[in-house]
Amino acid sequence: MTKRRLEPLLWLLFSGGGVVSAVFLPVLVVLFGLAIPLGWVRPDYDHLHAVFSFWLTRLVALGLLVLMLFHWAHRFRYTLHDGLRLKRLEAPLALVCYGGAVVGSIAALLIVAML
Amino acid sequence: MADSIQMHVTRYDPDQDSAPTVVEYEVPLRKDWAILDGLNYVKDHVDGSLSYRWSCRMGICGSCGMNVDGEPKLTCAAFLTDYAPGPVRVEPLTNFPVVRDLVVDIEDFMEKLPRVKPWIIRDDDQSVIDGEYIQTPEELDEYKQFSNCINCMLCYAACPIYGIDETFIGPAAIALAERYDLDSRDRGQRERLDVLIEKEGVWGCTFVGECTRVCPKHVDPAGAIQRYKLKAAKENVMAFLLPRGAR
Amino acid sequence: MSAPTTYRQPVSRLWFTKKRSYFIFLLRELSCVFVGWFAVFLMVMLFAIGRGAAAYQNFLNWASSPVVVVVNLVALAFLVLHTVTWFALTPQAMEVRLGGRQVARVKMVNVAGRTVPAATVVRVGGRRIPPGMVIASQYAGLLVVSAFIVWLVLR
Repeated sequence: MTKRRLEPLLWLLFSGGGVVSAVFLPVLVVLFGLAIPLGWVRPDYDHLHAVFSFWLTRLVALGLLVLMLFHWAHRFRYTLHDGLRLKRLEAPLALVCYGGAVVGSIAALLIVAML
Repeated sequence: MADSIQMHVTRYDPDQDSAPTVVEYEVPLRKDWAILDGLNYVKDHVDGSLSYRWSCRMGICGSCGMNVDGEPKLTCAAFLTDYAPGPVRVEPLTNFPVVRDLVVDIEDFMEKLPRVKPWIIRDDDQSVIDGEYIQTPEELDEYKQFSNCINCMLCYAACPIYGIDETFIGPAAIALAERYDLDSRDRGQRERLDVLIEKEGVWGCTFVGECTRVCPKHVDPAGAIQRYKLKAAKENVMAFLLPRGAR
Repeated sequence: MSAPTTYRQPVSRLWFTKKRSYFIFLLRELSCVFVGWFAVFLMVMLFAIGRGAAAYQNFLNWASSPVVVVVNLVALAFLVLHTVTWFALTPQAMEVRLGGRQVARVKMVNVAGRTVPAATVVRVGGRRIPPGMVIASQYAGLLVVSAFIVWLVLR
């Protein structure tokens, strides 16, 4: 009988988050982090609201955000654990990182619901 | 080309020293000499008390692993001329306790390797009289790369995770587990998964990739570990989804 | 048995500064900080969009401030590093193959006193996709997704 463990599931979330971050984030940063705020392109508010309040966009946005948050949490936890040699703080580190991702995911759910 | 090269070699006598020191030796710089030949020259002509492991001197026994200029290397495969004009540092393999001079204590690896059961596991062992287990060349190719491991432990020396966390089971052990998992004659995936699904198994690895870079036999343990993680994760998901009897 | 006076080689607290490859590894791992940052940035943006044009304009004012722009520029650099390293490592991390067949390797195991067959399923045969193709197809995917998003937002 195969043992059940939580760590492999966290790794799967990290991996999925890594893939979506690699594929989606470059264009999102250029577009929403630089081009629009700096005025290189000017989509109007109504169009953006229409795009983001569409049910499919909301669903995809939520999925991407959750995966990205758990990607950050898993990788950051290990970076602190290995980089700063914090083995004795293993449990609190995990709590802060994955707890943060859970809180962020709930916030994302609420934000997406309010679109 | 100069006549000679300086080797800065770590010396440590556990009965006299509290910590290792570095001694400089001048050895002939011969075109065809490896670091190992330099060490043999020191032992034969300069200081017979120099202690180090070696055997085949052709890169297959895995005995002569040491740090050369900070990099884990087989000293029989690292040539003096590559480090000319020198000096070249020769130190014991990183991440292992030093017993004496360049000899390290490999007990930790010796304890970890059998944990992953690196042998064919079956429940219907045929006796020799019944004949061989047939394996096609295509089936051999599935695991051949991972079977090239010579247990030289350069990967453990290169792995920063093993340096930080001694409980990590390590690259070679996991690569060898994968070698047997992929062998068509084997039926022992579950047993190995039970060992490697734990925290000190595959999950400590953060894919630094140094193990693959230093491996002298091109085993690619980092690749083996990531593939194993995916396999373990899939099995784990099934374990959560399927009812008790089916998993 | 190890001698009682074996010398334990110390590992530096700053081990990641000792080798170039370790340092690049650390940079790669730190890119996750910017994944987290931009996820939060997007959430702030979506929150503003949900609250109306005025809130969105406030968001734009904040997002165009020099500090935020610089952070996002740094974020872009790190996220490109993430994409490039992630795509490059994928062929090493998983074997991609087309075709082949599923083979079940069965062994009897003892489950709670009963002996039952346990199978692990392996894929054998088929064509392994060379690493170059795997990497190229990921970039193709990136281009398709990026083009779609640009079209979706700017049309």
